[in-house]
Amino acid sequence: MEQQAIIEVKGLQKSFGSFEAVKNVSFTVNKGDVFGFLGPNGAGKSTTMRCMLSLIKPNAGDIRIFGKNLFEERNAILAKVGSIVEKPDFYKYLSALKNLEIFARVSGAQVSQKEIYETLDFVGLLGREKDKVGGFSHGMRQRLGIAQTLLHQPELIILDEPTTGLDPQGIIEVRDLILRLKNEQNKTVILSSHQLAEIELVANRMVIINKGQTIIEGSVAELMNAQETLLHIELVQNSQGAAALIQEILPQVKVQVSSPKTLELSIEKKHISNLNNKLVQAGFEIVALEPKRKLEDFFIQMTQA
Amino acid sequence: MLWKNTYNEFIKILAKPRSYIGLAALTLLILIILFAMKADGRMYISFVTASFEQTLSFNGNILNGNLIAFIILQMLIVHIPLLVALVTGDLLSGEAAMGTLRMLLTKPISRSQVVFSKLIAAAVYTFILVIWMGFLALVVGRWVFGTGDLIVLNSDGLVILNYEDILWRYGLAFLVAYLALMTIATLSIAFSAFADNSIGPIVSTMAVIILFTIIGTLDVSVFDHVKPWLFTTHMASWRSFFSDPVPWSAIWDSICILLAHNILFVAVAVFKFKRKDITS
Repeated sequence: MEQQAIIEVKGLQKSFGSFEAVKNVSFTVNKGDVFGFLGPNGAGKSTTMRCMLSLIKPNAGDIRIFGKNLFEERNAILAKVGSIVEKPDFYKYLSALKNLEIFARVSGAQVSQKEIYETLDFVGLLGREKDKVGGFSHGMRQRLGIAQTLLHQPELIILDEPTTGLDPQGIIEVRDLILRLKNEQNKTVILSSHQLAEIELVANRMVIINKGQTIIEGSVAELMNAQETLLHIELVQNSQGAAALIQEILPQVKVQVSSPKTLELSIEKKHISNLNNKLVQAGFEIVALEPKRKLEDFFIQMTQA
Repeated sequence: MLWKNTYNEFIKILAKPRSYIGLAALTLLILIILFAMKADGRMYISFVTASFEQTLSFNGNILNGNLIAFIILQMLIVHIPLLVALVTGDLLSGEAAMGTLRMLLTKPISRSQVVFSKLIAAAVYTFILVIWMGFLALVVGRWVFGTGDLIVLNSDGLVILNYEDILWRYGLAFLVAYLALMTIATLSIAFSAFADNSIGPIVSTMAVIILFTIIGTLDVSVFDHVKPWLFTTHMASWRSFFSDPVPWSAIWDSICILLAHNILFVAVAVFKFKRKDITS
C-alpha cells in the first residue's frame, strides 16, 4: 500500500545575507511516521523547521503539508499542526493554565477547559496549572510546551530538539511522551536532534542533513542494519596473523591492521559470530570485539567535520 | 481570530506589571500637582496674573478645578508619551525577546491580525490612560478646588471662558490629545516590528519625539517647511479648544496630519512584520 505523504519538502534554500543556512534540503514524511530530522549543530535543522512553520520565508524550494502549499494555505495547514521550535517559551508572568488558554484561543479549534485539563494530565502537569510558568523547571516547560502542541488535537506534531537541556530523567519523560503520541494518539511526529541514538529510539524514518544539504533519507531500521558493521578487534598479540586468517575465511573482506594488537574490518553482522569462533579455535586470544555500525561512525565523522 | 487574539492581548497587558507603571506614575504626578496647587496655588496664579492686574480686576475663584485640569493637561501631555511607549513599544518586540512570538506565529493567525490585535489593545490602553488623566484632572480637580471660569494665557493674550462653556472643550481636547498619544503608540509599534528587544523601540520612540520637538521649537527658517508636517507640532493642538473663537480649521488640519501619521506608522508596522523572518 502506498504511503500518504504528510510533508513534502523539495529543494529548500534559505540564506541570511551571504550565509547559506539551507542549501538544498528535500525529504518526505509519511502519515503515522515518527520522523527523525538528524544533523549536527548548525546543519540547518532549525531553519528548515522554521520554514516548515512559515516563521521564515525560504529563498527557493517547495513545502507541501497535507498536500497543500504552505505559503498559499498557511492558516489551514497550521490549524492541524502543533509545534515547538527550539524551546517552548511562555508568558512567565502567567500561570500554566492561562498560557494554555491563550494558545488554545488562537489554535484554530474550540478547546474546552476540560480538554486543557486532560492535556495537562497527559503531560503530568495536573496540579501545577495555577503556578506561574516563571517558576517552572526546564523539564516542566518542555512538558507544558508539548501540552501546548496537543491542545487542538493536531494531526502533525513538529518538535525541534525537544530534549535539549533536559536531565536524563527529563529526556526519558519526553521520549516516552513522543512514543505515547504515536502509539496512543496515532500522531505523525517529526522531531529534530543532533543525536543519532535519540532518533534511533523513537523514530521509524529519518533524514540526515549536514551543512544545509540532505545527506541520506530512509527507514531507520534499514539505515541502521542494512549497512555493514565496522568491527574493531583487539588481541593480546599478533594482529597480522589474525588478519591473514580472516582474509582466508572471508577473502572479499578488506582487513586493516591498525597496530600489532588491533585490526578493523567491514563485515556483515551475520558473519561476526562465526569469525569469532574461528579466531578462538586458531589460538588467537581476543581482548575485545567491538562492532560499530557504519551509519553511527559516518554520522560521528560528519558531526566532527 | 483577530478578536480572540485581541482578548489575549488584554490578558497579557493586565498581567504585566509595567502596564500599571503608567497609571501609577500618572496618579502620583497628578496628586502631587493637586497637592502643590492646594498648598501654594494662589502664589502661582498671582505670578501669572500680576502683569494684568494694573488693567484688569480678577474676582471670584480663579484657582478652580477647570484651571487645575488645564495646568495638569499642559504639564503631563509632554510626559505621557513615555508612559504610552513603555507599554506599546514592547508589544511586538517584547514577545520576540521572550520567544513567545515564535510560539504565537506557529498558530493559524495571520501576521496582520497579530499587529492589529496589538494595535487595538494599545488603543484601549492609551484610552484608559487618557480617561484616567481626565478623571483625576477634571473630576478630582473640581472636587478639590470647585468650579469657575477658566482663564487661559495663550499667544493671543488672556482668554476668559465661562464655566458653562468649558466641559465640551475638555471633551474634545481629550479626544485630540488621545489621537496625539495614539500617534506615539503606532510609532512605537512600528519600531517594535523592526526590533527583537523591548528597550530599543521605547528609546527610539522617545528619541524621535525629542528630535522632532527640538526641530519644531528651533526658530530657523530652514525648518519652516518641515514643521507643519511633524506630528509633534500637532500634539498640543488640544489647546486650541481653549481659544475664543475656536480655530476649527487649524484643529482639523492637525487631526488630519495626526491621522495620516497613524495610518503611515501602522502600514509600516504591518509591511515590516509580514516580511520579517522570525529568528528569535
